[in-house]
Amino acid sequence: MGTFILRRILYSIPVLIATSFIIFTFVSLAGDPLGQLKLNPYLSEETLQNKIEEKHLDKPIPVRYLYWVKEASTDKFGTSLSSDQPIWPDLKRVIPHTLELLIPALLLSVLFAVGIGLYSAIRQYSVFDYGATTFSFLAYAVPVFWLALMLQILATQLVVKWNVRLFYTSGLSSTDPGGGLQFVLDRAQHLALPIITIAVISIATYSRYMRASMLEVVNSDYTRTARAKGLSERQVTTKHAMRNALIPLVTVVALDFGTLIAGAVVTESIFQLDGMGYYFIQSLQRLDTYAVMAWLMIVAVMVIVFNLIADLAYGWLDPRIRLG
Amino acid sequence: MSDPILSIRDLSVEFTTEDGIVHAVEGVSYDVGAGEVLGVVGESGSGKSVTVMTVLGLIPQPPGKVTNGEILYRGRDLLKLSSKELREVRGSEVAMIFQDPMTSLNPVLTVGEQIAEAIETHHPEMRSEAIEARTIELLDIVGVPFPEARFRQYPHEFSGGMRQRAMIAMAIANEPAVLVADEPTTALDVTIQAQIIEVLKKAEEETHAAIILITHDLGLIAELADRVVVMYAGRVVEIGDVETIFTAPRNPYTIGLMNSIPRVTGTDDLLVPIPGSPPSMISVPPGCAFHPRCFLSRGRDRCRAEVPELEDVSAGHLSRCHFVSELAGYDPGLAAAASHA
Amino acid sequence: MGDSFPETRVPDPRGAIPRPPVAEGPAAAVLEEPEAALAYETGVEVQSRSQWQYARRRFMRHRLAVVCLVLLVGIFLAGAFAPWVAPYAYDEIDLENASSPPTLDGFHIFGTDLIGRDYLSRVIFGIRTSAEVALIVAILATLIGVVIGGLAGYYSGQVDNALMRFTDLILTLPGLAVLLTAAALLGHGSPYRVAVIIALISWTYLARIIRGTFLALREKEYVEAAKAAGAGDLRIMVRHMLPNAIGPIVVAATLIVGLAILTESVLGFLGFGIQPPTPTLGKLIADGQGAGTGLWWLVTFPGLTIVLILLCVNFVGDGLRDALDPTQRRVRE
Repeated sequence: MGTFILRRILYSIPVLIATSFIIFTFVSLAGDPLGQLKLNPYLSEETLQNKIEEKHLDKPIPVRYLYWVKEASTDKFGTSLSSDQPIWPDLKRVIPHTLELLIPALLLSVLFAVGIGLYSAIRQYSVFDYGATTFSFLAYAVPVFWLALMLQILATQLVVKWNVRLFYTSGLSSTDPGGGLQFVLDRAQHLALPIITIAVISIATYSRYMRASMLEVVNSDYTRTARAKGLSERQVTTKHAMRNALIPLVTVVALDFGTLIAGAVVTESIFQLDGMGYYFIQSLQRLDTYAVMAWLMIVAVMVIVFNLIADLAYGWLDPRIRLG
Repeated sequence: MSDPILSIRDLSVEFTTEDGIVHAVEGVSYDVGAGEVLGVVGESGSGKSVTVMTVLGLIPQPPGKVTNGEILYRGRDLLKLSSKELREVRGSEVAMIFQDPMTSLNPVLTVGEQIAEAIETHHPEMRSEAIEARTIELLDIVGVPFPEARFRQYPHEFSGGMRQRAMIAMAIANEPAVLVADEPTTALDVTIQAQIIEVLKKAEEETHAAIILITHDLGLIAELADRVVVMYAGRVVEIGDVETIFTAPRNPYTIGLMNSIPRVTGTDDLLVPIPGSPPSMISVPPGCAFHPRCFLSRGRDRCRAEVPELEDVSAGHLSRCHFVSELAGYDPGLAAAASHA
Repeated sequence: MGDSFPETRVPDPRGAIPRPPVAEGPAAAVLEEPEAALAYETGVEVQSRSQWQYARRRFMRHRLAVVCLVLLVGIFLAGAFAPWVAPYAYDEIDLENASSPPTLDGFHIFGTDLIGRDYLSRVIFGIRTSAEVALIVAILATLIGVVIGGLAGYYSGQVDNALMRFTDLILTLPGLAVLLTAAALLGHGSPYRVAVIIALISWTYLARIIRGTFLALREKEYVEAAKAAGAGDLRIMVRHMLPNAIGPIVVAATLIVGLAILTESVLGFLGFGIQPPTPTLGKLIADGQGAGTGLWWLVTFPGLTIVLILLCVNFVGDGLRDALDPTQRRVRE
């Protein structure tokens, strides 16, 4: 098991390096991190020149990349090119917020999806099944950002027309959230809509896979054997079918992490949540190469960790993988 | 037969498909005596598997449907049992061995767990140590080496032959009165086939169960069966003891089958297949389903107009053919000549 | 001239193609008649020509897919002929009727925006831009995907490994991150630039599918027969394998169209991508967001349009998948 993890990490390193270089190049080519600064009429030529040299902006891109690597690894991702602020404190602040958004969303999605997929498969062609299918198709067709906006509009209309404040539509917390349980409740009210936004689409995707995989399993030869042994349908479902049906789902969920991040970026922007997505958009708009790179590295690590967990789960579920 | 342990009476099963209704089983009747080995022979699509799957209630009721008949096991009609009662019969009194052991075993559970499950389901009062001991004993009976170690292994760690042995172990775990083996050797190498035959023989010795052996492999029938049921296009066309079926068959289809076996003895250099191909089960030929390919029919109208009845030819020997009498004293060699004419 | 002809040999019906020594029976047929080779493999691949009619019939059986196809074509056509279909010009300002909700009055059935431009017209022009981008993306991504996936699947081994590593690399990059970065890089561009960027991310899906198909196909007997008869790699890939892969390709391409529309709208919404004054569905939504939650129609209608298009694309794709790839297990009926 240890070697397995090690091998995976080692494999990911060259990919990481290549990815980081490509992104670095893109962002550097995209424009000038000092753009904003240059607009300042009080800035002297000399200061500007100093700044440029300080940030190595006069050197060719591969060299700048190496400078970044050095600074990022020795100084916690270094300082922002645009704002001279250190990057790490910002990141440290925003990462947990995003996790507060993504983890509940993921858990909810998987739970609902497994349930819906399972029930749809067992009661194939029932009203529930058709309903679930329709829901999935609709969810595929709805862009995340639009869903977020519509939810916002709905919630706002609720307040305006009927004075019912169920969910908040922006920010992470109210101005005075209180402490302890009240704080958590307040945070939940703020995060509810964003979580729903992300979860809806994930539920649609995962439940389709679960259903398909479940149907395949339920009609397989080994469930036939189980029935021939005299097990009840319920026992066949829980003991034999489910575990096999979950296996492909793990892969899907793992591969989906990228979509999750993308969803976070969009959702945070719309709901004004101070998270990684929001940070990324802002850094990109400022063309702040170092910040973008830092963000990318964090995300890449998350992806690797996530995939690793998925692989371990996969191995736990499917003995053929464990030993082969 | 004096007191058959299983009696299938006039069973008809149909399936509703996109392209029409498939009459998979049409008025099938045969008996299985206690402790005997009954071979059921036929090509793919003849209905032999569907019949026995219906015995165990394993046919999904949409799209399948039992339209007629009864299946009497020790006096009770299995078709009329509630699902709970049927479950008590499945796996303990009537057990089944399937064709492809690789896909018939759950890949995520150990072999031991799966065999133990067969025991647990019907003997919930047994303690787990006792169940484990019995499972290991079963693996030993079917000839799996090092059963204590194998007990904890997964199906993919077993070879094909061993998996089939495990399936057999699972089936005999509760000492069933009827053991159904659906093409038990078809998915295996020829050398393994011989071994599995031995295991089946041993299983019979251990349990004294009646075995329904479904196969299209006539060699297997010759080796194991006491009596034979021949099926074609969803109907039984001949029943008899194995000796008679092989040496003096009285049905054009059976004769055709026997002729198409390549024999090591004999001096024929051409194989004599039955001309034509089996009918699509959606559009079965009217009257006798075999008539388009039959050498005996010679285009006679009766074959096309009327379905022949299954009638006695002699004691314990039945055949479904309008012109059986023309076959009395019949020489299989003549049929070969006739079908070339 | 006259009636004495130069001595002619009896013409060899096989023409001038030299026959390699091993070619006998089906193998020879392969060299001269690839269709015969396909027929040699008696199975589902026989007679790929009549398969089209069969496929079309199967597709027609899915009424939903057919309806969606018609709807989709209608929508795209409306976009294509936007200047004639739209009731107003997309930039026609009418401050008197600004910010009005949907109303039949003056045929502003989608309402008007902050400066009185008819929203229906703007949406129609938005469809036009999005459709343009989507089609370009589909063609480009399909081309790249087929080439890369085909080479990987056909040659297998080293080539496959290398190409797949490359594909994995593209896949690992968080798609959105790359997209946004690239968009920022290429700045505010024409639909074509945006289309190229999106295509460069989207081809991986298709490449995987084609690779899988080709990997399976290369084991088929008729490919072996063709090789034994001396047919060149390119010929095998194009004449034998590609026609059999058309099914998955068409299905994937259809889905990519949907994906492209979605991606373009996300880009537009976030402020990257195509620049004004061309309205795009994404940007319309963004502007709508800016106008506040009171003017709900500014966000709703472009979004609904996207949803409708994507729904249709998905249903059509589903129907196509069933029509062109009947070997796939139809778990959902």
